[in-house]
Amino acid sequence: MKQFEALTRKKDSEPVRYLIVDDSVFARKSLAKMIESFGGHVIGEAGDGCTAITEYSRTNPDIVLMDITMPQMEGIEAVERIVQEHPDARIVMVSSVGYQDNILAALQKGARHFVQKPVKPDALYEIIRYVLNDDGVTATVGAEEKSR
Amino acid sequence: MRMELIQPFIGSLDAVLAEMMQEPAKIADLNMEIEGYRRKGTAAVVTFRGQIEGRVILDMDPAAAAHVAGCLFGKEVDPSEPIVRETVCELANMVIGNAVTQLNDRGFQFKVLPPEVLTQEQCDKAGNDSEATVLCFETSNGKVYLNIAMKYLQRRTRERSAVPVA
Repeated sequence: MKQFEALTRKKDSEPVRYLIVDDSVFARKSLAKMIESFGGHVIGEAGDGCTAITEYSRTNPDIVLMDITMPQMEGIEAVERIVQEHPDARIVMVSSVGYQDNILAALQKGARHFVQKPVKPDALYEIIRYVLNDDGVTATVGAEEKSR
Repeated sequence: MRMELIQPFIGSLDAVLAEMMQEPAKIADLNMEIEGYRRKGTAAVVTFRGQIEGRVILDMDPAAAAHVAGCLFGKEVDPSEPIVRETVCELANMVIGNAVTQLNDRGFQFKVLPPEVLTQEQCDKAGNDSEATVLCFETSNGKVYLNIAMKYLQRRTRERSAVPVA
């Protein structure tokens, strides 16, 4: 897989920390591999919205990648609950269902962005960088790039 | 079956296979389902509800599904490994999700349910008020089938509300 310039946190130059929420093991593995290529660190995974809420409180990630269609609790409801408790949460929806109603509902509940499956690494990288920079958190070139 | 409803599924399967298998796939056959569908390989079913209701079965030669899983892990994956079934479920989710998105943007309202592994060998024939189409794609690692069954609730509603002739 293509390697990207590592995204790090401005405050401590540490790798960006991610929580991946998807009921598909395949999707979680695939996203984790992309995050690795962005120089990021997966600090938690969840297979449904309920577990995502618990994992968010436990891990306090910099970015959440959240599926929409999941058993028990869907992604949009999980976004609402997480943002109620953590208004600064940065959540990017990652779903194969990308119609306008879904996207608008997710954004209204507090999601920051949306990317449709199958996910292209370049697109996800740009969206994450945009979301992080929008908050002034970061997205700086990693140590490997700097040393060149 | 109305081609305007089938076309998004063809385009979506084509795009998802190209992206996930990292090679082109070509459509080899398109048939109406006459009898119940007999599973051919590793399959997943996705149900959708709304103005049009139905289900879609993605059925892959195990070698083709294992190839997709292998692309993810960067090594050969045995077709019998559990991750291969997971892979087919996620591919089905992508194909149906993308197709439904296109149909929704054209005014059809849907809700998609999570994919499930299809374990039974023989599926019941789609109901009398449903139409089912089977698409077959060829890849270098094997065949991929998409069975689409839909029923049009608007038409059925009109039929139900029609006044019977005495």
